[in-house]
Amino acid sequence: MATDIAILAAGILMIAAGVGAVLAKSLLVSIILSGGVSLVASAVFLLMGAPDVAMAEAAIGSGLTMVVFLYALARSKQADAEDSDERVESPASETGGAV
Amino acid sequence: MMRKVLVTLAILGFALALLPLAYRAGVQDRPGALAAGYLDDAPRELGAANVVTAIVVSYRGFDTLGEVAVLFAATAGVGAMLTKKRLGPDAASGRGTPATEVLRTATGLLTGLLVMFGVYIFTHGHLTPGGGFQGGVVIATAILLNLMSRPESRLSHGLMTGIESLSGAAYVALGLLGAIFALGFLDPRILPIGRVGSLLSAGSVPLIYSVIGLKVGAELSGILEALKGDRE
Repeated sequence: MATDIAILAAGILMIAAGVGAVLAKSLLVSIILSGGVSLVASAVFLLMGAPDVAMAEAAIGSGLTMVVFLYALARSKQADAEDSDERVESPASETGGAV
Repeated sequence: MMRKVLVTLAILGFALALLPLAYRAGVQDRPGALAAGYLDDAPRELGAANVVTAIVVSYRGFDTLGEVAVLFAATAGVGAMLTKKRLGPDAASGRGTPATEVLRTATGLLTGLLVMFGVYIFTHGHLTPGGGFQGGVVIATAILLNLMSRPESRLSHGLMTGIESLSGAAYVALGLLGAIFALGFLDPRILPIGRVGSLLSAGSVPLIYSVIGLKVGAELSGILEALKGDRE
């Protein structure tokens, strides 16, 4: 009975974190919340008596996936900065040529 | 408006379809026929104390081989997409924020422990929860800490490829040995089964899980290295 209640509470927490991840304005917050969903999921696996799956979920789902997403976010920000630099530079050189 | 209503209806329908699953979820008091069969047979036939490992490595070993192949394809895809051309300005000039004192000290303390823990997890996969995949991820975590604390450091790409190919070949070779000397592909009974619960038991299961652990660790470290950016 206690296990059922704990699983139910974990489920509600997971839904809340998932909805929060979708609604969050900042991508960083979304990534962290989706990692939180995996962390609670691994706790649920542990409660259901599946420690093997819980270990994999905690390590891959909430650890490595988050790192991969964070690296991807950093790289896409880099690419954005590169693009906007090019856009700023090219009109300046054109006006320079006209004057 | 119409779209939102349709999306809500779709989600509600999906929840309704999954509701019967939720009723039967939870901890089972008595395992079903298939599960009971595995629980009886795995320690007796294969000498594996952890039944999950016996299923993953031996009874359903072919599926695990497929999983490892999928992971290899993913690593190859990431490596092929993230080439030198796609580097950002920071990575190209080699400038980046240096790691803090806390991270560098913690990395020095934790690296050895993490690698040891990962090796422990995959060599004891047939005795305690965990196995090649979990142990490999723990080892990749140690590599990640080192990549973060010293952003200028590089992982030897040749070494990673070497470990990956050798352990992959060893996995298939162990499977073929099972087909030749025992009852079928990936049958672990090419080595003596031993006593249930001792480290050297369950035939070739610890060997297979160790090569899976090395392969997964090398692949995930390769993905992290490729994502970090300043690859040659």
